[in-house]
Amino acid sequence: MSDSATATRKPQVEGLSFGGFLKYLFAGIYFGIVLVKAEVISWFRIQEMFHFMSFHMYGIIGLAVVVGAISIQLLKMAKAKSVEGVEINPIGKPFNKIGNPVGGLIFGFGWALTGACPGPLYANLGAGYWPILIGILSAILGVLTYGYLKPRLPH
Amino acid sequence: MWEAITGPWPWWVTGPLLGLMVPILLLLGNKNFGISSTLRHVCAAVLPVKAEYFTSDNVRANMWNLVLALGVIVGATIAVLFLGGDRAPEVTPAAQELFATWNIAAPVRLQPSEIYLWPGAVSLRSLISLVVGGFLVGFGTRYAGGCTSGHAIMGLSLLNFGSLVATVGFFAGGVLVSQFIVPLVMAL
Repeated sequence: MSDSATATRKPQVEGLSFGGFLKYLFAGIYFGIVLVKAEVISWFRIQEMFHFMSFHMYGIIGLAVVVGAISIQLLKMAKAKSVEGVEINPIGKPFNKIGNPVGGLIFGFGWALTGACPGPLYANLGAGYWPILIGILSAILGVLTYGYLKPRLPH
Repeated sequence: MWEAITGPWPWWVTGPLLGLMVPILLLLGNKNFGISSTLRHVCAAVLPVKAEYFTSDNVRANMWNLVLALGVIVGATIAVLFLGGDRAPEVTPAAQELFATWNIAAPVRLQPSEIYLWPGAVSLRSLISLVVGGFLVGFGTRYAGGCTSGHAIMGLSLLNFGSLVATVGFFAGGVLVSQFIVPLVMAL
């Protein structure tokens, strides 16, 4: 239990238990293995995709969405509960008529330049491609910049 | 059997495996699949930042997401060390020709050594790719409110309109830069 570990900004929120830590760690390990074995962290695959030269990436993302969408429908129909006993009821993010398209475009620019989106940034580090640390630090700098500019940006 | 695991996995296997992240996180804790907000949590947790975007971030409530990111790093290490993860993608001949015109050798590992490994990474084209590209990924993902995981996979799975708009932006921006800017950067 990590109750004393961090300074409490919002003390009413419970920290992650050891079991909680383990289950998300294992989910992340699964995600990391799939990202690498799917080759979606590969700069080669990203450039190939954006030049419409291969179906590989489109097939992966497309099938991932199909499986995700069917899973959500099945979980809702079954009124399934999470292992914590909470009814599963995922809600989509709100629509931002400027943030979604403009932020999306900027993200796309960066995705093509680095050949990596956020999951693959972490996965490349795990895969031993150390220069990606430059990309990760730069991404953090980008998020910092966004955080400070946010009040002045149209969303 | 083991060769099937260490060999290349076809897209029609890895696509569904990736999609399973959606029900896995819902069943584990009613969490929406996503990874890019961890970049925000890192700032909020370890940097003395005063912007409201970070002070309002509840790091404790989002700790699960940071643990997920840690798991991704561990999982990628396992994939490379034990599951034959660091293999050359079988890109199309057309793509190989394209990379040759960019002075990037045909794949021998998962990533091009010219950009993703020392000493190749100490070059103008690699630094621009990583520094400028990384910055745009970070800025863009937070401006858009999500990344390929949160918008393209989770958001589209929820048939969410904003996620569709963001995903169209991801691909439009990626196609533009990959076709018109990456060739210039690779020529440096």
